[in-house]
Amino acid sequence: MAEAVTLVAGAANAPARPSALTRQRVRAAWLFLAPMLVVLAIVAAWPLLRTLWLGFTNARLGEMGDARFIGFGNYLIYADGEWDGLLVDPSWWRAVGNTLRFAVASVTLETVFGFAVALVLHRSFPGRGLVRAAILVPWAIPTIVSAKIWSWLLNDQFGVINDLLLRLHLIAQPVAWTANPSTAMIAVIIADVWKTTPFMALLILAGLQMLPSDCYEAAEIDGIHPAKVFWRVTLPLVWPAVMVAVVFRGLDALRVFDIIYVLTSGSEDTQSMSVYARKYLIDFQEVGYGSAAASLLFVTVAVLTLITLMLGRLRLDREGNR
Amino acid sequence: MTRDRRHNVRPLDLRLVSRLLGRMAFWSLVAAIVAISLFPFYYALISSLRPGSSLYEIRYVPSEVSFANYVSVFREQPFALSILNSLAVATGVVTVSLLLGVTAAYALGRIDFKGRRLLLLSILGVSMFPQVAVLAGIFELVRGIGAYNTIFGVALSHLILTLPFTVWVLTTFMRDLPKEVEEAAFVDGARPWIVVTRIFLPLLWPALVTTGLLAFITAWNEFLFALTLVLSPERRTVPVAIALISGASTQELPWGNIMAASVTVTVPLILLVLVFQRKIVSGLTAGAVKG
Repeated sequence: MAEAVTLVAGAANAPARPSALTRQRVRAAWLFLAPMLVVLAIVAAWPLLRTLWLGFTNARLGEMGDARFIGFGNYLIYADGEWDGLLVDPSWWRAVGNTLRFAVASVTLETVFGFAVALVLHRSFPGRGLVRAAILVPWAIPTIVSAKIWSWLLNDQFGVINDLLLRLHLIAQPVAWTANPSTAMIAVIIADVWKTTPFMALLILAGLQMLPSDCYEAAEIDGIHPAKVFWRVTLPLVWPAVMVAVVFRGLDALRVFDIIYVLTSGSEDTQSMSVYARKYLIDFQEVGYGSAAASLLFVTVAVLTLITLMLGRLRLDREGNR
Repeated sequence: MTRDRRHNVRPLDLRLVSRLLGRMAFWSLVAAIVAISLFPFYYALISSLRPGSSLYEIRYVPSEVSFANYVSVFREQPFALSILNSLAVATGVVTVSLLLGVTAAYALGRIDFKGRRLLLLSILGVSMFPQVAVLAGIFELVRGIGAYNTIFGVALSHLILTLPFTVWVLTTFMRDLPKEVEEAAFVDGARPWIVVTRIFLPLLWPALVTTGLLAFITAWNEFLFALTLVLSPERRTVPVAIALISGASTQELPWGNIMAASVTVTVPLILLVLVFQRKIVSGLTAGAVKG
């Protein structure tokens, strides 16, 4: 961005009235942006606004035209002597809890493992290219396919994971990983961590490769223990890049759908906010109620994104002042 | 006894031992990373080659090689059509995203105008949307234009995912090109459109390949919209087809077929990723780290 900004600053220093060339360029800019903006308005902005609106109606899938405004009725309503609606639905709050548990656990594990993999790939050793190729395999596999592969590996009767654990005497009898309420979320997290750790590793590796090499050389000459170098030099320097990756992955994890839908077919023990919303929207055909759930998820993600962007901007500004 | 001996030659010995231990730890870590990365797919592959009931005996090495599962997955459902659908959807989505993305990225990356930063942030914001938040609206829109149960509707919905990301990554690439390239052209009186097509497009070629590949993979893998916007089995895309493979009863999933289908659609993807390894890694990191 710095480059573009200097270019701009150069233009702004010119006399108060923008030159014909600048005006021509700005006109061209909007012309070039127009098709993309129109498409985004059609496929993103409009559907989002409709969803937010439908959340305040009693729309049903078959007759969406007959939808009637019901205010916050889908969210919370006092009727027939008791509270009703999304905000008092225990299975909604369970979905919120599942989503948060999933996001925290999987992002934490992906960051830790991703860091380990990145540190390995940051060293030069014979066969490094092959290892990097190998870790790209889980990333390349479609989420649905990896969910299916893991549900086969974790199969209670014929699964190879149970077989391995039995051979190692880590479990006494086969575990029904995806069906058992206490292990279903673990199964989802295992599959997600396997698939997404490579992405984290690559992002952290990119951060590591941008670090200046002179402080490492200095540390090596001074004979400082590698572990100390890691905690005192590497970690603080690479931390901003890691945080960016963590935030993006965290926001991504909050909208999880595919892997849970396929691995545990949306049972209440694991269903995420997205799975819950789709279930009402499509399976139960209660578009109004489902839209309300989808809107709540959207607002949660939007608020978190705004906070992140604001924090990121503050940091950028501080760097700019230095 | 050994202690005494070690004490005598301590400096050399200890360093040697710790170096040896360190190296062993390092290589076992490397081995573990490779094994964990590859084993699940390896196991899916050997499972897919085991016919009938031999699938249900747990073996770690291929026992026999049979393509029966591959034959039956194509025979029992329109899986070939699903592959064609996915190819058509992904190709269309990539073409449209790149066309719209390049022109938008030129404006966002090379020209300063009011609201540029806000626009970039909103585009980034769209890529953070939970897909389910637009699901009802997209469903209504697609049905409204008569595209429900068509792959056109699916492709349209995928633009939400690929377009913001394409614009974002291409903008970062665009920004990194030296400014001299276009200044010379402008001095010569070239119009912006000419500058984009004659000067930037050839320079951006590698970035287009990278972004196109990532967009292709995104569209190829998308599940939620493809699941919701299509009803007929012959119009499903690959992820939906695989997710909905079912057996005679819910208890007996035809795992052989599922693994064969999984391997069929994953092998080309893995080859693509391995061939374009460097480009993909640079695209992923350009999208996230530089932002």
